[in-house]
Amino acid sequence: MALPTRKFDAVVVGAGGAGMRAALQLAEAGLKVGVLSKVFPTRSHTVAAQGGIGASLGNMGEDSWLWHMYDTIKGSDYLGDQDAIEFMCRMAPEVVYELEHFGMPFDRNENGTVYQRPFGGHSRDFGAGPVQRSVCAADRTGHAMLHTLYQRNVRANTVFFVEWMALDLIRDASGQVLGVTAMEMETGEVWIFHARATLFATGGAGRIFSASTNAFINTGDGLGMAARAGIPLEDMEFWQFHPTGVAGAGVLITEGVRGEGGYLLNKNGERFMERYAPTMKDLASRDVVSRAMATEIKEGRGCGKEADHILLKLDHLGVDVVEKRLPGIREIAKKFANVDPVKDPIPVVPTCHYQMGGIPTNYHGEVVVPTPGNVSTVVQGFYAAGECACASVHGANRLGTNSLTDLLVFGKASGNRVIEYLKENPGHKDLPADAGEVSRARLARLDGQTKGESVFEVGAEMRRTMQAHCGVFRFPDMLTEGVARIEEVTERVKRTEIQDKSKTFNTARIEALELDNLIEVARSTMICAEARKESRGAHDRADYPKRDDESWLKHSLWYAADNHLEYKPVVLKPLTAQSFEPKVRSY
Amino acid sequence: MGDMDRLRWRCRRGLLELDIVLTRFLDGPYEALSSVQRDTFSALLTLADNDLWDLVAGRNDAQTAPEQEIVERLRQA
Ligand SMILES: Cc1cc2nc3c(=O)[nH]c(=O)nc-3n(C[C@H](O)[C@H](O)[C@H](O)COP(=O)(O)OP(=O)(O)OC[C@H]3O[C@@H](n4cnc5c(N)ncnc54)[C@H](O)[C@@H]3O)c2cc1C
Repeated sequence: MALPTRKFDAVVVGAGGAGMRAALQLAEAGLKVGVLSKVFPTRSHTVAAQGGIGASLGNMGEDSWLWHMYDTIKGSDYLGDQDAIEFMCRMAPEVVYELEHFGMPFDRNENGTVYQRPFGGHSRDFGAGPVQRSVCAADRTGHAMLHTLYQRNVRANTVFFVEWMALDLIRDASGQVLGVTAMEMETGEVWIFHARATLFATGGAGRIFSASTNAFINTGDGLGMAARAGIPLEDMEFWQFHPTGVAGAGVLITEGVRGEGGYLLNKNGERFMERYAPTMKDLASRDVVSRAMATEIKEGRGCGKEADHILLKLDHLGVDVVEKRLPGIREIAKKFANVDPVKDPIPVVPTCHYQMGGIPTNYHGEVVVPTPGNVSTVVQGFYAAGECACASVHGANRLGTNSLTDLLVFGKASGNRVIEYLKENPGHKDLPADAGEVSRARLARLDGQTKGESVFEVGAEMRRTMQAHCGVFRFPDMLTEGVARIEEVTERVKRTEIQDKSKTFNTARIEALELDNLIEVARSTMICAEARKESRGAHDRADYPKRDDESWLKHSLWYAADNHLEYKPVVLKPLTAQSFEPKVRSY
Repeated sequence: MGDMDRLRWRCRRGLLELDIVLTRFLDGPYEALSSVQRDTFSALLTLADNDLWDLVAGRNDAQTAPEQEIVERLRQA
């Protein structure tokens, strides 16, 4: 029996910042847009973003998109595609002002202009000194952005499917994408969403690691769906570890703390970042700070009984600054670390935070895959934006505040591209006869499984394996063993069993389906990391401590079906600017 | 299972802080709540993440006494 079907011009999977920005573009163009989300839109993970949105408005002193571009490329350790980076940095002020006009309550200067705060890795004049480039709404930038975009979408008649989980991509024989299957959580029913264009904005997959700042919903569903449908995943070895997650809990202490003057100490009370990054010190980019912390810990200068963490000191800022500029921090430290940071330093460790890799796209948000004779062939009808996509603007490492910029710029750009595509391609193409069969088979397997594996245990094993074998510092023997281990975990994921087979809101089923996605992300990460024999950005190998542009200035592409890797060149030619040639990075 | 599962899913939030606290609460103190208190807890879950977190973190208090009672318990979780 065919699955029930709904038809839309465009289906957007994901209602975070990227999905809602894209949907808005489409709905305001008068298209029929359906947006699916596992949770209520304003509860998407974007709500967690506190630090701000990077854009060279120049409200606090001179700034330019070219400097922003330079910082982004340098931050990416030259793995970012320079066409996409130029596009993003040039567009950033425009999308920020648009958001302001949509009603976003940005913090302001006394003269009425939008306030901008300093943030790690952002500089003026090609690294001459720090610049204030991050626009924010107190510590609620992501929250304010989601609420602003949600209201605007409602006004534009975007149709939201809340508590719906997309399961699989639907492609026809030519490879064109024709929509997704999705399960309504309330009823357990599976539907086909038949779309002329399908846009993924499913966010990151930070839950593959045990120490993670990501919310539990960040299970990489878009990546899993794409990988299972034969789309390669790009640059999955690159994961940003935030330097300051609360030790043991993962909860993030925003970089704004260091922006406002907090700094890191080792067990000797030494402000060690002065040794590693004499100019930027505690404001150096995240990989530099994480590596320094890991080195301090590895060399026995960690704090606490187990010498396993670093201390973040901010008591010298005074109660007033902490409460006014960093309002959430005090409560977080009390609740998850049991310290009051206006009196005592907070114990922190590098914690998985952001996924640089993802579904390969160009700077229009079109998904691109290699075909004979063309490394970037557009997959018809398929788009991706936000953390699930790899445009690639973040390359081997992302600068703080550049993700929200990415959501707005590429959300809008992909929306625009869909509009153009739909003008040229009227009408729905017929669904293949077996549309939805893959999802039905997966669900039937799960429901019929006996003597199977526990979703919780297999998931925990996956997270432990990733953390131990593929964390912020990577060792060759651990990686080799990690590849074997993650393959074992993959076999176990194929045999997950759930006890509760009910239809209504079956969270056990949802978590099993999420694990199917997480495991693809974990595999791709481990395989790409083992293969890349250099250190670049967030990929830091003990046996290959240097960047190797001769062999490795290229993007990894991992294929799920047979675990094989291909590589494609980095785009070094910007749209109009001069190319930034790879240089040794220092801060 | 449906109702409890629905509740468990609505404890999945955009903020990891809430994921941790709400799950701790659901797995522990929730059991001892009266049905009226359970309804109050469900109602609190409809708040925006940051507003709910402000309550849990003690930056704000709830509007009503019954809500505040649940909030106090969440603060202990
Ligand atoms: C604590 C924290 C602080 C941060 N602070 C900043 C900052 O200050 N500045 C910055 O630039 N970046 C920051 N980041 C990063 C940034 O917040 C994220 O990269 C960004 O919000 C991701 O947005 P998104 O729209 O791609 O995805 P998300 O906001 O994660 O949204 C994903 C959406 O997809 C939906 N979804 C997923 N799977 C499915 C499925 N199978 N079916 C249906 N729907 C699905 C979800 O329900 C959700 O609506 C921070 C990250 C964290 C963790």
